[in-house]
Amino acid sequence: MPEIAVTINHEVGLHARPASMFVKTATKFSSDVEVTHGEVTVNAKSILAVLTLGAHKNAEIIIKAEGVDAEEALKALKELVLDNFGEHE
Amino acid sequence: MRTITGIPASYGIAIGPAFIFERVEMVIEPCNIQDPEAELKRYAEARETTQGQLDEAYAKAKEELGDEAAEIFSAQKLMLEDPELLSTVKSRVESELVNVETALFETAESYAQQLEAIDDEYLSARALDIRDVSSRCLRNLLGLVDSPAAGLNTPSIIVSWDLTPSDTVLLNKEYVLGFCTAEGGSTSHTAILARGLGIPAVVGAGQEIEKINTGDDLVIDGDAGKIIIDPDKKALKDFKDRQVKFLKVQAEAESISHEPAITTDGHQVEVVANIGNVDGIQPALDAGAEGVGLLRSEFLYLERRNLPTEEEQYQSYKTIADAFGDKPVILRSLDVGGDKDIPYINMPPETNPFLGVRAIRLCLTRPELFKPQLRAALRAGYGNNLKLMFPMVATVEDVKQVKLVLEECKKELRAEGLDVAEKMDIGIMIEIPSAAIMADQLAEVVDFFSIGTNDLSQYTMAADRTNAHVAPLASGFQPAVFRLIKTVIDAAHAKGKWVGLCGEMAGELLAIPILLGLGLDEFSMNPPAIPFAKRLIRSISFEHAQQVAEVALNLGGDQEIRDYIQETVPEVNRE
Repeated sequence: MPEIAVTINHEVGLHARPASMFVKTATKFSSDVEVTHGEVTVNAKSILAVLTLGAHKNAEIIIKAEGVDAEEALKALKELVLDNFGEHE
Repeated sequence: MRTITGIPASYGIAIGPAFIFERVEMVIEPCNIQDPEAELKRYAEARETTQGQLDEAYAKAKEELGDEAAEIFSAQKLMLEDPELLSTVKSRVESELVNVETALFETAESYAQQLEAIDDEYLSARALDIRDVSSRCLRNLLGLVDSPAAGLNTPSIIVSWDLTPSDTVLLNKEYVLGFCTAEGGSTSHTAILARGLGIPAVVGAGQEIEKINTGDDLVIDGDAGKIIIDPDKKALKDFKDRQVKFLKVQAEAESISHEPAITTDGHQVEVVANIGNVDGIQPALDAGAEGVGLLRSEFLYLERRNLPTEEEQYQSYKTIADAFGDKPVILRSLDVGGDKDIPYINMPPETNPFLGVRAIRLCLTRPELFKPQLRAALRAGYGNNLKLMFPMVATVEDVKQVKLVLEECKKELRAEGLDVAEKMDIGIMIEIPSAAIMADQLAEVVDFFSIGTNDLSQYTMAADRTNAHVAPLASGFQPAVFRLIKTVIDAAHAKGKWVGLCGEMAGELLAIPILLGLGLDEFSMNPPAIPFAKRLIRSISFEHAQQVAEVALNLGGDQEIRDYIQETVPEVNRE
């Protein structure tokens, strides 16, 4: 299962709008997508699960994907996080 | 037993349990099911309904509150369709054969608690979101109305901080015995609604009402403006006796409601109804209305996302005007702005909307709003007694401009070969002090006046009618307001024109002797007030009313005038 590690730079962490965008992006792909923070791994397409991760600013998360479009899914999610969820000061 | 004092807003006595309007509790009863497939189908359908409601809420929030508020509903949509939530609910329904309500409620609650457990303000708010969206979905599953009034299933007294027009739309009127609110004055929406329904109300009672809980025994005394919590046996008996007497007077009033409003010495006035739509026709006729003194056109524009077409308006106006035959029906042109907003009209925000571009001021700058309404009215008035009236006129120039647009519409309609009410009477509302002062000039350019006391009072007294702290000033029971009314009536009569009054005051029994004495020709009120008004007018003499009015004009303020009328005209009592 391919995986990547990224750090959340966004001020509010993987909450609020960033969490919604993360989940919406993951949902676009047919692959199963998981996100891990610390000890906990959850379904990246579940807003409720992603929120319970409590991933704050500077948290490192690991994203895993499995399926036909796994590579594309990972690429899209990585870009979203590195692009600071489309927000720039 | 405890008593809270507020502002009397609608008369009568209500006795019954309290219903707190804002806090909704829902009972989810766990039970076993036979057919998990059917259960999951119900779930899917309820989610679909919920999606639709969230889309609507999103659009409304975006328009009225901005992107950030709208985003809440977008996040709630994600939660509604959350795959983890869906699969947990599904597996519980399939393996445990538990009803979907229980599975959804418990699963959503466990997520909410997990989010709350993380010490983060933002996540606590999301806990609220998951509870909010799941209870919306649960309400749909249970077939409950999507409303904070959903738990209202027994006749109750509604207790609320304040009620907005959209709240009141949601209430099942069958179960509403009375209203009490913490905020608002005697012309607030709650007060107007209560009088429209003919049920007692006390408003502006302050934060004391927060101590009332759903189910508490309550009495509201709409005459004295009192709310009694847990009345003792003696008090309860007294109130029940008064309620009986009140109902007796009501029966007496109803028995003469179809008789003309003639004083004992033969002076006749017209008693007509204020109505808002086609549904108002029958209650008005049943109550004994001799026509419609105020047909509010706003209701055609509310609760929708685009302007009503000329054809739609024509049909509604015609239905109403025809229903009254040769009796007059006075249509008021669109009166928005102030405290009445119609989102899709896109009125720019103003710091002081009551003094801004409202009513005729808005219509004159927006022909796309104004002309279809005027055209519809001119067409609908063909062959009946429909009249047109314009709100918020401040100057003679306003009337001239309105008449130009009206002439333009007539010309267009004639050119299109449509039937037009060529001789339709045109009147104006007198609700701005400048119009009252200039009534002599205005009387030359219109056929009639209708005094709007709600606004005339607030503008004259510089007292916001929605602010409970200045309610006695905005009540209209002020010699200054009565003097303006006298000016208007005298000026109109000098030019052979007639004057009506369609504000809340027309139906207030304490005001009727004064208005009658000042020479008012037409009293327009909510239908439930009509029988009482006719009973009063038929029991006093015009001569006495004239004497009373003269004294009232020279008294102090609100309370002094009320006390004086109460003493000198005992017929105003309903008990």
